[in-house]
Amino acid sequence: MSLTLIVLLPFIGAVLPAIMIRAGRNACATATGSVTLLALILLMAKAPAVIGGEVFQVSYNWLPELGLNVTFFLDGLGLLFATLILGIGLLIIIYARFYLSKNDPMGRFYVFLLLFQGAMVGIVLSDNILLLLIFWELTSLSSFLLIGYWKHLPEGRQGARMALAVTGAGGLAMIAGMLILGDIVGSYNLTDILQNADLIQASPMYVPALILILLGCFTKSAQFPFHFWLPHAMAAPTPVSAYLHSATMVKAGIFLMARMWPVLSGTPEWFYIVATAGLVTMVLGAWIAIFKHDLKGLLAYSTVSHLGLVTMLFGFGTPMAAVAGVFHIINHATFKAALFMTAGIVDHETGTRDIRRFGGLLNLMPIAGTIGIISAASMAGVIPFNGFLSKEMMLEEAWHTVWFDQNWLVPLLATIGAIFSVAYSFRFIFHVWLGKPRDENLPHHPHDPPFGMWAPPAFLTVLVVLIGLFPGTIAGPLVAATSGAVIGGELPEYHLALWHGLTPALGMSAIALVLGAVILMRHGGLLSATANLSRPDAKSMFDCAMVKLVALSRLISDNLHNGSLQRYLAIMVMAAVAIGVSGFYAQPDYLSGSRELLEVSPPAAIAWLLLVVTCIASVFMHHNRLLTLLLVGVIGLIVSLGFIYLSAPDLALTQISVEVVTVILMLLALNILPKETPKESMPGRKLRDVIVSVAAGLGVGGAIWAIMTRDLPNSISAYHLANSKIEGGGTNVVNVILVDFRGFDTFGEIIVLGIAALSIFALIETVTQGEAAKRLASWVVSNRRSADRHPMMMVVATRVMLPLSLMVGVYIFLRGHNEPGGGFIAGLVVSVALVMQYMASGFGWTQNRMKVNYHGMIGLGVIAAAITGISAWVAGLPFLTSGFTHVHLPIVGEFELASAMGFDLGVFLTVVGAVMLALAKLSQVERMAEHVDVNVDPMDHDPSAPVAIPATPEKEA
Amino acid sequence: MEFLVASSIGLLTMCGTYLLLRGRTFPVVIGLALISYAVNVFLFAMGRLTINMPPILRDGVTEYTDPLPQALVLTAIVISFGMTALIVVLSIRAYLEIGNDHVDGRPVGAPSEAGDKN
Repeated sequence: MSLTLIVLLPFIGAVLPAIMIRAGRNACATATGSVTLLALILLMAKAPAVIGGEVFQVSYNWLPELGLNVTFFLDGLGLLFATLILGIGLLIIIYARFYLSKNDPMGRFYVFLLLFQGAMVGIVLSDNILLLLIFWELTSLSSFLLIGYWKHLPEGRQGARMALAVTGAGGLAMIAGMLILGDIVGSYNLTDILQNADLIQASPMYVPALILILLGCFTKSAQFPFHFWLPHAMAAPTPVSAYLHSATMVKAGIFLMARMWPVLSGTPEWFYIVATAGLVTMVLGAWIAIFKHDLKGLLAYSTVSHLGLVTMLFGFGTPMAAVAGVFHIINHATFKAALFMTAGIVDHETGTRDIRRFGGLLNLMPIAGTIGIISAASMAGVIPFNGFLSKEMMLEEAWHTVWFDQNWLVPLLATIGAIFSVAYSFRFIFHVWLGKPRDENLPHHPHDPPFGMWAPPAFLTVLVVLIGLFPGTIAGPLVAATSGAVIGGELPEYHLALWHGLTPALGMSAIALVLGAVILMRHGGLLSATANLSRPDAKSMFDCAMVKLVALSRLISDNLHNGSLQRYLAIMVMAAVAIGVSGFYAQPDYLSGSRELLEVSPPAAIAWLLLVVTCIASVFMHHNRLLTLLLVGVIGLIVSLGFIYLSAPDLALTQISVEVVTVILMLLALNILPKETPKESMPGRKLRDVIVSVAAGLGVGGAIWAIMTRDLPNSISAYHLANSKIEGGGTNVVNVILVDFRGFDTFGEIIVLGIAALSIFALIETVTQGEAAKRLASWVVSNRRSADRHPMMMVVATRVMLPLSLMVGVYIFLRGHNEPGGGFIAGLVVSVALVMQYMASGFGWTQNRMKVNYHGMIGLGVIAAAITGISAWVAGLPFLTSGFTHVHLPIVGEFELASAMGFDLGVFLTVVGAVMLALAKLSQVERMAEHVDVNVDPMDHDPSAPVAIPATPEKEA
Repeated sequence: MEFLVASSIGLLTMCGTYLLLRGRTFPVVIGLALISYAVNVFLFAMGRLTINMPPILRDGVTEYTDPLPQALVLTAIVISFGMTALIVVLSIRAYLEIGNDHVDGRPVGAPSEAGDKN
């Protein structure tokens, strides 16, 4: 459990700095530090057991179907990295408190830092590789935020983008590699994968997986040729550089190589890819570092070089080299973090990072100088500091390594790398701290920083010295536990000590020190000699590649997304047809089944013929919109008749009442919209659309033909038929399904209907503003219209009809549970009755008499349905369980009262509310367009009125 | 009978799709309505066709048509009304905002078109 907490603490704690910054910078830093400290304490509590060989594991199911589970495990390797991440993280938090100026938003800095920290700890403790990948991507994202923290600096933003692009791309490759790996083993658990080295290396997919995973590692750990992002990431504040480039971000790739070492290493592919990349990176990085004038730039390239060193050691594939690699990870983290922090101090105190302007700073800043000199000496590999120990081990391993049958190449290059390393380390010492001051006019007068700023690097420098003097005591157990975890087997015979006797490695070390010093002495000459060498500028190449990529993606999206909805729709329909056709060909089957078909009756044939004619006519005459609408009405009517004929009375009732409302709605719309569609489609476009729509029609028709000519396999319908009466208390099975068996569906659907009506309301309410209002105000009613706005006969007829239609509505509602009908149909029937009033007698007249709030009605309906559903809880039954009872009333006789009726009432209210709201809002636009005031009189000519009232002015064209 | 229904569904889909691909809003609305018919009848026909077997329980009757697709289609009809209403209002609003009823919603020319001189 506490293992999960270690990972989660930084994430949970990430909210703290954002809140605590209000209490001041000290409170903010303290809160952040406490979070990390707590996680570190939890980790340390487990450390003795882990060093003793125990492995902690914790697992929660997340998506077991995908093999994705939240599983963490802590072994020696995880312990080492988690300690580095949290330990150095804590020092960085203290350091950053003093480094950041008052103008920097400190809360945000610590939030990013904790997020990053959590992601890093997640990587090193994950047992599931999918989970690991998630954390891996999180580090890319959070490091992007950290590198670009000074978002006002263009270098910061560009560096952050470059880091994200490179490491993110590598991360994508790694996802693919990890998936292959999981596929080979059949499990995404790291512990399972580590057991199956033979299986993986024998697989034909081993090399692709290896290359993809290494792409992820190399990009993250800045290995050649992906090293270029790291120096650009130096635009970040120094605490970020110190954290990301000593202990964390760039070590993630190293970590993964170490983690995967037992399964991936030991093959020639591994050796030649990893060792070569490491070797090249080590020499190249060190060479460039010598000539960097930016203090952080020098350290950045030295980091690249040292990462190459560790990569090379893991690439050798021997257990001894792995031990050396692990040991160097510890040593590099200590001296490099200290060096970065020292560089930050120098930058902070002098106001510049240009090495050419420094010199003799030791006299001005004795504490920082001592820290810097010791750490740099360790980086150079000077006795007796810890850097010497691991560099010695590296040279020893290099001495034994044969590269393509050449036994001299690797030792030679390793020595050259060491020489360069000495040269830049000495440059850091001599050109910055020692000698005479070269520039008296530094922006600030340097002096030692406050305690909080030098204490963290000083602590690390103490470690540098102690590990160097007593390697076996201080670092021995951790190295042993970690190496054991990396190798996954017996540890080789090794001895951590300063003195191993007169070995080849010692000779190489001595040569490196001497020649490194010589290079530094000749630095000026070398500088001018190499100044004119043309060297590829990674940044401009990267920028150029990015520009090309952006142009390419723009080309693709501009062509696919040209803003034409017609094209999108055509593509969607074609894609659907293509998927259907491919499905048909994937499993070729006879189109027709063997089910017995129904006879065709003459009326059915006539209806079909009518449908065919109207359909085709509606396409050919679609330019005349009113006519099309009429034809659609006919089609709806035929569909309703079809439902009656095919044993679906409920559907027929619904369809026909919906039809009425729809036609009214569209008529209202046509009052505003143009009455004709212009002929503007080109013949080519028409042909394309005909082909697309014929294909769609044939596909859909063929599919339903294939379905209908086959028998229905096991269906759940029998259950509904059998239980409708017993459990639902109704004989109309369709209605019982709606309000009972699948009541939850219906509940959702009435909510959707209500939302649609409210959206319509919102769309029309805002029509009174902007362009739309101007157009409505200048609307010219130009079409000819009836002189009779409210024909008397219709007014009278609808008034007579109203009580009758309402009665029909109530009747249909009440009987719905047992006979065709129900809330939906009743709602539509009642709506139609009300709409008739509005149409016949005018909006204003009717509105004055219909004091109903349709919004409220929708809400009431949903609430009524919900209450019915919830009331089942009172009886201890699941949501929407219905109950029913038989009631006996005089005159009416015995009838059934089901709780489902309450639900159906909700449906009824929502339907009425939604339909009426939609139509009422639509008619509001019409009235605005026609500049007609709401009429008060019910009809144009009221025969019952004592005095003839002049009719409302006609709107003749 | 099955052939008549299948061909009707195919034809409705065909005409609906063609109208859906037109450039003006109203034909698109009509096309959508036709496709709604096709989809509703399609779903209904999933329960296979029967004559004179409504799913209303009666004593002594044992054979009924499949009630489940009917229940699903019933709500679908009502929902498709809601959808049609919304899209109609959307097209009116778009017409009022930009002065033409093209589906791409790009304001073309002056707002003089709004006078509806067709």
